[in-house]
Amino acid sequence: MQQPPLIQAQDLHYEITNHDNQIRILSGLNLSVAKGDQIAIIGSSGSGKSTLLSMLAGLDIPTSGSVQIRGSAFSSLNEDGRAAVRAADMGFVFQSFQLLPALTALENVMLPLQLKSHAAAERLSLEALDKVGLSHRVQHYPKQLSGGEQQRVAIARAFATQPSILFADEPTGNLDSTTGQMIIELLFNMNQEAGTTLVLVTHDIQLANRCKRLFKLDAGVLREVTPS
Amino acid sequence: MMLAIKLAWSQTLSLWRAGALRVLVFALVLAVAAITAVSFFTQRIESALNQQGSLLIGGDLAVVSDHPIPQALIDSAVTQKISTTRTYEFPSMVMRGESSQLVEIKAIEANFPLRGHLTIAQHAGDIGQSVQSAPQSGEVWIEPRLATLLDVKVGDQLEVGERSLVVTAILLREPSRGGNMFSFAPRLMMNARDLATTKLIQYGSRVKYQLLLASTPENINDYSVQAKPKLSRGESIDDVRNARPEIKTALDKAQQFLGLSAMVSVVLAMVAMLLSSLPYIKQSLTTFALMRCFGAQQATVLQILTIQTLIIALLSALLGALLGFIAQMGLAQLAGSLFVETLPPTSFAPVLIGICASIGMMIAVVLPHAWQMRNLSAMNILRLDTLMLPLSAQAKFLPAALMMVLMIFWQAHDMNIALFTIVAMLGLSLVVLGFIYVLTFLVQRFLISTPRTKLLASVSLGIQDLKRRLGLSTVQMIGFCMGLMVIMLLTLIRGDLIRNWQASLPADAPNRFVINIQPDQIDSVSQFFTAQHIKDAAIFPMVRARLVSKNKQLIKTVEWQDERAKRLAEREFNLSWAAEMQSDNKLIAGRWWPSQDYGRPLISLEEGLAKSLNIKLGDELQFDVAGSPLTLTVSSLRKVEWDTMRANFFAVTPPGVLDQFTASHISSFHLPIGAENSLNQLIKQYPNLTVIDIAALMQQVRSIMQRMSQAVEYVFAFSLLVGVAVLYASLVATREERVKEATLMRVFGASRQQVSVAYIAEFACIGIISALVASIAANFLAYYISVGVLDIPFEFNLSVMLIGIVIATVVIPAAAWLGLRGFLNIPPRQLLNSI
Repeated sequence: MQQPPLIQAQDLHYEITNHDNQIRILSGLNLSVAKGDQIAIIGSSGSGKSTLLSMLAGLDIPTSGSVQIRGSAFSSLNEDGRAAVRAADMGFVFQSFQLLPALTALENVMLPLQLKSHAAAERLSLEALDKVGLSHRVQHYPKQLSGGEQQRVAIARAFATQPSILFADEPTGNLDSTTGQMIIELLFNMNQEAGTTLVLVTHDIQLANRCKRLFKLDAGVLREVTPS
Repeated sequence: MMLAIKLAWSQTLSLWRAGALRVLVFALVLAVAAITAVSFFTQRIESALNQQGSLLIGGDLAVVSDHPIPQALIDSAVTQKISTTRTYEFPSMVMRGESSQLVEIKAIEANFPLRGHLTIAQHAGDIGQSVQSAPQSGEVWIEPRLATLLDVKVGDQLEVGERSLVVTAILLREPSRGGNMFSFAPRLMMNARDLATTKLIQYGSRVKYQLLLASTPENINDYSVQAKPKLSRGESIDDVRNARPEIKTALDKAQQFLGLSAMVSVVLAMVAMLLSSLPYIKQSLTTFALMRCFGAQQATVLQILTIQTLIIALLSALLGALLGFIAQMGLAQLAGSLFVETLPPTSFAPVLIGICASIGMMIAVVLPHAWQMRNLSAMNILRLDTLMLPLSAQAKFLPAALMMVLMIFWQAHDMNIALFTIVAMLGLSLVVLGFIYVLTFLVQRFLISTPRTKLLASVSLGIQDLKRRLGLSTVQMIGFCMGLMVIMLLTLIRGDLIRNWQASLPADAPNRFVINIQPDQIDSVSQFFTAQHIKDAAIFPMVRARLVSKNKQLIKTVEWQDERAKRLAEREFNLSWAAEMQSDNKLIAGRWWPSQDYGRPLISLEEGLAKSLNIKLGDELQFDVAGSPLTLTVSSLRKVEWDTMRANFFAVTPPGVLDQFTASHISSFHLPIGAENSLNQLIKQYPNLTVIDIAALMQQVRSIMQRMSQAVEYVFAFSLLVGVAVLYASLVATREERVKEATLMRVFGASRQQVSVAYIAEFACIGIISALVASIAANFLAYYISVGVLDIPFEFNLSVMLIGIVIATVVIPAAAWLGLRGFLNIPPRQLLNSI
């Protein structure tokens, strides 16, 4: 029997109401991502890239349409049901790093593992920090780290739980080009090593081109384009 | 300037609408309310004492004495054309049929009071009429309380000593009466001309003799200057400035205590203000940055901030003072009548105090931020750099901390008490910190290192948050701790201590004292005891004497620093004699006299008295007994168990030493139930006997304590409210951080339940630790008060402690969870966008 795709989005619509005006962000969008795929979603600012990523990751629910993970209903689950799937399968890297200022680098990486009551939370986190080259800064707080270092902590946090899907939302958006380049290398290397499915949202075409598949989101419609 | 005021006003309004000011203003209003409530209340009593001084005395000046006023003092007043009147006050029994009641008799002359009025009526419920006269001879006026106790109405007869007098009025108001705290028995007012025929004043009776004077201020002043040097021991002069010194002393203590209670609210409120000022400052700074971008001068911006600060301080102060004014009415209702009979209306000085305190607190909170703003560019402010780095946390909180210390000193009225308060608060913080460390250590040790469930993982996250926000957690806990501690302490003292004391007395402990027994009445009293099968009811002789000198050195009362020593040196001693030492006394130094020492000039003293007056074995004490000198050598020191309720004496001599002096006698005994009528018969036979019902007295003490502790609880209710404000403020101050944390936890797959569990665990710990520390501190204090101060056995009360812990552990996390619950229902994406 053929295995269902890892992520399957069908006829996704997302609308918001603002002062009695209906604003359509996503209109009837379909997407299928197989295990091990690397996909990039590009589009101009405000095209709805991040919204789409939120739908795929269950951080928000579509107005209509559905998202399935491994053929099972996902977007129709309730908030806690989606959270359980995220805990089991997903990792995140954000443009604004989203590290907790009151936690050290190590504690930040440990947080998702602790939530899963993982017995080896500390060891796995130290290993992950080691992989991103920050084993010497584990006890530092986010404000003591540079932007690049903060994003490396975020990457370590994303991979420490060994997720099957990694969502990255403009991971280099807040970094200068050299540091951004370094982060990209790290992200792709670790992704390759772990065999993780990558869903990347970016407006950086060069970065997008490193992915196997490339999608362009325009006026709420998604279409696959050939990487140049 | 007008522009600045306009801008400041509109900005304050928009900040209020945006919700950035609510907690700040709430805390400020509560602090001002607590300060002004106490200030309004004490100021009303003070003005009663100051403005109504002459009413409280009943004249412009009073010569008070424990023996009849010397004729010379009266004569010199008459020569100076000063109006005079004499009063006699003493406790005694009055009878109505078979019932008897202890009353405070005041015998007055026809022209009493020289200043003010008495209010009398035919029935207790009437409005009454003001009079400036005494009851006619053969008549008495009684307080409504006595009318109820003896079921007497106008027209009925009362037996007062050997006379039968008619009740002709109910005495509704007597300005010179003072409050409940100073009047244990109801008042009976009679004409001084009837005094002799009642035969109530006998040898040994404790009577307060007063000569009241009224004239022009100059005459009164002249008289006072002339009379003062002529006063002998036991005589003193009270003037309007020093009317009723005993009320003033009680007021000072109350003021200090209430002031400190209000202080706890102020300190907590400032913490709440500091926490809640962050969102306010952040929003203000953004606006100021934009103003700077649009070209506003640095000075203008600072001006606007200053005016804004003043607007907030002023409006909060007015609101707080209004609340304080309303609150003081409750306080006056609860405790006012303990001090004086009726309170005058309040002045508005406390409003000024409230405004000053409010402005002080606001400036202390805002000042550091204003200081920072001076050198910042618009870009700096827009990026909110001010809130991130430049000033260290200590510098940010320094003015507020200084203001707290200043206010503690101001309210405590006493250097030592203020220092003690500060040390106690620091101590409490250290204990709380200790608990946090122990708890987080245990969590780390047992929850993290062992395999866990998801639930335990969340609990552990929550508890570790305590340590992450160490300062904030500590402050929150101190807030709750103080409020809970006071409530627990008062529960313990009000209920338990008195109950324990009563329980510790044997069932047959004496419940009545009889005083004023004259030598020829001893046989009859003994017969009464035998007839009623009352055992162990010894009758002790008493000779009143004054201590004049120690080892030939005059005892001057002014020399004593210690208040107790001064009081002891001033008062008249009751010297008694005994062959055997009383069974509840214990010899701790020297030896008890053998029979061959009877008649030798020796004396045995109670150890506490000896210690206070610095008297040692072998010291030679000279007494003045009714004008004759008597020299005695201290031969032993005794420890006396005062709380056995038996008659006991500070000073005892061997038999035969005091024979040449007139003695009155005293006895204490347990009156069996049902024997009241026979006792009344005895009083009827010998009206000069005064019987003190200890159970009734205890009831009175308990009701006064009840009202005092209610007043204190009332003030501490502010502390609890401010405690809630601190909790709320700390939630507001950390809300962004907490929401971010919760959101990320949810992004990483935490369920809402897990996030809730983490919060509830954190706040449950805050609740448990504060309640635990509070109950430990409350029990310690209750132990100290019962064993150290009141000398009654202490029993640890587990139930108060457990109830406190359970309530705190449920209520505090519930309140915190309610504050954050809303965020758990918003999709994480929306929150991620907003943070």
